[in-house]
Amino acid sequence: MNPRRKQRLLLVSIILLGLAATTALILTALDENIDYFYTPSEIINGKNETGIKPKVGQRLRIGGMVVEGSVKRSDVDLEVSFDLSDTGPIVTVIYDGILPDLFREGQGIIAQGHLVNATTIKAFEVLAKHDEEYMPPEIAEAMKGIKHVKPEYTQQQLGN
Amino acid sequence: MIPEIGHFALILALLFSIAQAIFPLWGAQKNHAGLVSLARPLVIGNFILVSISLGCLVWAFYTNDFSVSYVANNSNSLLPWYFKISAVWGAHEGSLLLWIWILSLWSIGVALFSRQLDDEDVARVIAVMGFIAVGFLAFILITSNPFERTFPHFPVDGHDLNPLLQDFGLIIHPPMLYMGYVGFSVAFAFAIAALISGKLDATWARWTRPWTLAAWGFLTCGIALGSWWAYYELGWGGWWFWDPVENASFMPWLAGTALIHSLAVTEKRNSFKSWTLLLAITAFSLSLLGTFLVRSGILVSVHAFASDPERGLFILVYLLIVIGGALTLYAARASKMESSHRFTLFSREVLLFINNILLIVALVVVLLGTLLPLVHKEIGLGSISIGEPFFNQIFAYLFVPFALVLGIAPLVRWKQDKLPRNKSKLFIALGLATLFALTCYFIYAIDHIWTLLGVSLAVWIVVLTLFEIMQNGNLRKLPLSHWGMVMGHVGFAFLIAGISLTQFGSVEKDVRMAVGDKVDLGRYIFSLDSVDSVAGPNYSSYMATVSVKHDTALFKLFAEKRFYQVQSSVMTEAGIDPGFTRDLYVALGEQMSDGSWAVRVYVKPFVRWIWLGAIFMCFAAILCIADRRYKSVLSLRKAKTSTDGLTKAV
Repeated sequence: MNPRRKQRLLLVSIILLGLAATTALILTALDENIDYFYTPSEIINGKNETGIKPKVGQRLRIGGMVVEGSVKRSDVDLEVSFDLSDTGPIVTVIYDGILPDLFREGQGIIAQGHLVNATTIKAFEVLAKHDEEYMPPEIAEAMKGIKHVKPEYTQQQLGN
Repeated sequence: MIPEIGHFALILALLFSIAQAIFPLWGAQKNHAGLVSLARPLVIGNFILVSISLGCLVWAFYTNDFSVSYVANNSNSLLPWYFKISAVWGAHEGSLLLWIWILSLWSIGVALFSRQLDDEDVARVIAVMGFIAVGFLAFILITSNPFERTFPHFPVDGHDLNPLLQDFGLIIHPPMLYMGYVGFSVAFAFAIAALISGKLDATWARWTRPWTLAAWGFLTCGIALGSWWAYYELGWGGWWFWDPVENASFMPWLAGTALIHSLAVTEKRNSFKSWTLLLAITAFSLSLLGTFLVRSGILVSVHAFASDPERGLFILVYLLIVIGGALTLYAARASKMESSHRFTLFSREVLLFINNILLIVALVVVLLGTLLPLVHKEIGLGSISIGEPFFNQIFAYLFVPFALVLGIAPLVRWKQDKLPRNKSKLFIALGLATLFALTCYFIYAIDHIWTLLGVSLAVWIVVLTLFEIMQNGNLRKLPLSHWGMVMGHVGFAFLIAGISLTQFGSVEKDVRMAVGDKVDLGRYIFSLDSVDSVAGPNYSSYMATVSVKHDTALFKLFAEKRFYQVQSSVMTEAGIDPGFTRDLYVALGEQMSDGSWAVRVYVKPFVRWIWLGAIFMCFAAILCIADRRYKSVLSLRKAKTSTDGLTKAV
């Protein structure tokens, strides 16, 4: 083999090796970090598309409307629990931290966390979008026909 | 009346753009000087018309013309004047108009600063930019007219601008970002023009470079501003979220970064030609894709404006025409762009190519992570989301070889070099980097492997960059663009040092605090001194005063919780004490039933270095553009033709 060919072979092998390594890396990382999205009914009844229920311990996303009167706070720290629903079934979310500004009862939110038992999720992140009319599209789809309740402020919140 | 003038100007601009897309190109292909000479007047006319249109919209905002529904939805008479102006691009319709105006600005830039180029080449470039303008003007006129009236019943006052957007960030972030996005249309147009004419030489590259660098500089600046804005306004202390819309701006940046380096090879070595063309097409296609992703409403994101599917479909079709057409043309013509230049395995060309590949891999990763959830949902497998760790993990692995090669490449000669020539320099850099990592480990007790790796790679880049400067001899004779490269690379070193230090060194706590409570964060003690009611122009707020004690130093932070009455929404304004080596950060959560507050406290080491690095990169772009050689392009092509003639004669 002449030196030029040798060099080319080397180059091509390096590129192929790199490509294989990168692909493997991407696939592993992807496998570890895909979170499925569930609505509360899907947590209870299994996903609409596949009918598969989430396993306990699985990391997932859940989106739903916060059930009126379900928000319970701890007296000493930031732990809070609330119920989410869409068309019926109710799932409880436990969260330790600061809730977003637009978190309100009757409002659509998304939480990310782990399933601790069949109807409870321990969340590490709670998101409410910066738009009072906002509803996660998945929820909007699931809740067609159900009235969306606008948030109401107390006088104290408005600072008057 | 004024809004109708704006609307009418926009319709005229569409007609002008259609003419601009057809006649100059026709003239260039048929060698018709009359049609070719139409290019510049058409561009100027287009620019004036779009400017009038934008001016009318600005005027409608400034004068509180709530009979225009776009104004009524996004402004309010109580809004300060500067937010009224920036509210123009606060939502879909207006930001699209800004997009078009910036496109016409770049077009007129090309038209005016290209007197040295052949008229036919300029005509082709301008025609391509006209074609892009046609699509966007048709889009805005058909689906998203900003001048639509609310007659006969118009509101007394506006619905107000989203409080999130009532910030200095809105004034400059979108225009900068759009300057970057749209700026790549110039490189794209140059690439298409080169494919049509079959002419691609060093002059072409030299011509394209400053435009591409300018777009890249603006995009860098725009992304950095967005990140900074998110950090203090909505991020709760985060500076990058891998949000689909952030990704949409990051992908053209990655392609653009690869492009400016590949263009350097094309200019200096007359090589990498078809690769450069492909990157130019890619960069702008990704800008368009970004626009599509943001505007179509298929993404769930802070940035996604509520919009209807009609718009999404329009952009999708347009996207297919532009990208599909460009790639088809590329497939048909690129093989003619031969690069005769040869180089060996160890040469600057190959090192630059390796980093180009790494950038493209990064690009593919971001693209995959952004589009996979969409595809997954469309093919009926249900909604998924891809977590931040996916991106972080892969970028961590990619940046190691990237930074290693980035350090070495400028020291290596073009065409052919031997590794031993630079052996001692590499060893010294390696030694210093290791020494630095050990210092961090033993003295500052930083024990996270990625942090140590990050800072040592930053040292590696800086040391090798210094060696590279020194080997050039007389520094005064070094061209500006060389200093630009140095600055850009040092900026990148700052960036990775900042990222790795802040990513793993930040301390964060969510706590419940009553007035008088203290919380301990490492060597910083945060105490909540007071919470007071304050009234702003169009909001009322609670302001918390938090004092932070560090050894003997004392800092005061003011964090706010604001309530905007018109949109009845709540905003968090973080209290930040910025510093070169650390930021102290306090954000107020909600008030508890017993009167105490949920508070987030942060110590973020070296977070400013991330934006400092970006500022370096922007200045790098400016230095490169200011280089003298871009001012004498014509002489080069003339000189080159004569030498070509000579070689042929010999």
